[in-house]
Amino acid sequence: MNPFLSQTLNNLKPGEAAVISSIDADKSFFLRLAALGFRIGKQIELVRCASFNGPLHVRIGSTDIILRRSEAKRIQVRSL
Amino acid sequence: MKRIALLGMPNTGKSTLFNRLSGSSARVGNWPGITVDLMSAKILMGGHIAELIDLPGLYDLQGYSDDEQVVRHFLSNNNLDLVIIVANSAQIDRQLSLAIQIRALGLPSMLILNMSDEAKRAGISIDEKAMSLKLGMPVVKISAKYGDHCPEALKTAAGVLSKNKLPIDAEHINGQLQQDLNVEAEMESIVDETVQMPIQLGNDLTSRIDKFLLHPWLGLPIFFAAMYVLFQFIFNAGKPLQDGIAWLLTLFRTNALEPLLINTPTWLSGLLLDGVYNGLGTVAAFIPIIVLFFLIMTMVEDSGYLSRAAFLVDALMAKMGLDGRGFVMVLMGFGCNVPALMGTRVMRSKNMRLLTMLVIPLSLCSARLQVFLFMTATLFTTSQAPLVLFALYLVSFSTIFITAILFKNQYKNNEPFILELPPYRFPTLRQIWLRGWQEVKYFLNRASKFITIGVILVWALTHLPMGLAPASKATFAGQIGDWFSTVLNPIGIDSQLAIALIFGFVAKEIVIGALAVIYGLQGDALMHLMAQKLDWVQGMSFMLFTLIYTPCLSTIITLKNEAKSWLFAWISILWSLALAWVVSFIFYQSARLLGF
Ligand SMILES: Nc1nc2c(ncn2[C@@H]2O[C@H](COP(=O)(O)OP(=O)(O)O)[C@@H](O)[C@H]2O)c(=O)[nH]1
Repeated sequence: MNPFLSQTLNNLKPGEAAVISSIDADKSFFLRLAALGFRIGKQIELVRCASFNGPLHVRIGSTDIILRRSEAKRIQVRSL
Repeated sequence: MKRIALLGMPNTGKSTLFNRLSGSSARVGNWPGITVDLMSAKILMGGHIAELIDLPGLYDLQGYSDDEQVVRHFLSNNNLDLVIIVANSAQIDRQLSLAIQIRALGLPSMLILNMSDEAKRAGISIDEKAMSLKLGMPVVKISAKYGDHCPEALKTAAGVLSKNKLPIDAEHINGQLQQDLNVEAEMESIVDETVQMPIQLGNDLTSRIDKFLLHPWLGLPIFFAAMYVLFQFIFNAGKPLQDGIAWLLTLFRTNALEPLLINTPTWLSGLLLDGVYNGLGTVAAFIPIIVLFFLIMTMVEDSGYLSRAAFLVDALMAKMGLDGRGFVMVLMGFGCNVPALMGTRVMRSKNMRLLTMLVIPLSLCSARLQVFLFMTATLFTTSQAPLVLFALYLVSFSTIFITAILFKNQYKNNEPFILELPPYRFPTLRQIWLRGWQEVKYFLNRASKFITIGVILVWALTHLPMGLAPASKATFAGQIGDWFSTVLNPIGIDSQLAIALIFGFVAKEIVIGALAVIYGLQGDALMHLMAQKLDWVQGMSFMLFTLIYTPCLSTIITLKNEAKSWLFAWISILWSLALAWVVSFIFYQSARLLGF
């Protein structure tokens, strides 16, 4: 991954880690993400994806979270 | 009386703590300003009796989810003496925000760092004295599940209570809720100075189990296999228990009640025995299934597997506007609709929950299966019967699918799908048992009255006016069957079958018994007569109608209780009646057109 290029969370590969660079969400979704630990500058790892284009399983710190791809698209990450 | 609320993010152990503190005194109650039920209990605290309330989990006081609005409305409509914030110690680096927000409201509060057992194992250490100083509220470490330090937490709470004389006015809180805060910076500074987390975090065992259970190819087969096993267990273990209860009830009836009522007029003993007593029996029949269902569900939920099931099947469910947890409940509905409806409480978005509750009654439950087993044996050969049953299951799935698609915009889910996967845990026996017991109590409190009234009503319809043969044409039920003949004839259902449908409204188990009463025959003789009177097209149409038109009285009452709305229960009844008629009509008329 090119370190200067940012991409969306759903484009990471399973096992790959990155840093959250921006979050594009309305207030309610932003608050929810923040409460679950999604903050700019935090490290995030894509653990696995569900089959049939299902949700993503990510890890931030000690928390494991699942979210749909449509929601993951709103989170920009850059490489470590 | 002092009033105390438990508040925290989902999955932090609020209910576990609530159950530990409240013992068996918990009850479900209504509160001003909100429409959902909350559990509350009276507890003894430092010489006072205090009322403890378990609030729904929330992520942020300013959030917009249904639960977050409930908590906000609760705080701005009810005066409180103390807010106990419950946080998961292992995630304190992000959960501290709630404590900061509550403090800013000016509410007397304390922070409980729960799951200290897990935090210790993960190598996390928290200096609670320093945290308490920085936060300006007492901080206590406990483990709600194992009971460590719970008495200390109570003592601390009593201390806070005795310091404040007056509860904080809810009006004032309402104003405070609007203000914006910079929680982030403060949280970071407190965590930096009071919490030590190991660099390498994460639960090894959980990751390893996940590798297997969430495997790209194995995950789904394991899920379906697990569901199948649990399903078989609940309903196979439930059947003998239900039979046992039925046996006891009959024994009591023949040996005690009938001799007692021998000199009363027939109508009165009929009303008391076939109406009231049978009504209570209908309620009792659900007890074993509800207990077993929630024993198993507590394990599935508390272990953390339910959220993982959501992960596995979400791709299939999202198009129908449902989610994976709803899917598990729909599957369980194939055993019995009643506990499945109660189980939808795990879904926190109100609309998605309503949509799930709308489709569950369409799943072919074991009671309906009994009717179909009898009918298929009567009307089809042994090689045809399994195919017919299979077709009925397919129809059931299709009606679920169609209903979800049609109503998904009506009950649009407006919450993002984003869930925490907790580490695998195993609930204690105490937790499992408590849950089963609580749910049964809830069902009995809420449902027994209406179910009994319904059974009495159907008894009256099929036995009045007085002096007629039960379920005969001249009874009210027979007359209703006649009135509806114009709508029922086009689907091949005659007035005698219509009376059976009225009985079936109470419970599908009694449909066969009702047919026996209506035709005045039993067992093989009944089968013969029915095979003569009905051709297979009529029989099939009757089965399709029975499958869809309405599950049973208990399901409807549960639906109403869970949705807290008669309107919703009516929507469900009318929709399934309409759908049943349309499906039977299409089947019956096309079969006749094709010359069958
Ligand atoms: N290890 C551990 N697990 C706990 C503790 N308290 C609760 N749990 C578990 O955490 C999960 C969530 O608890 P629950 O009370 O349902 O949380 P709520 O959503 O906040 O009401 C359940 O599996 C509990 O068994 C604790 O102190 N230690």
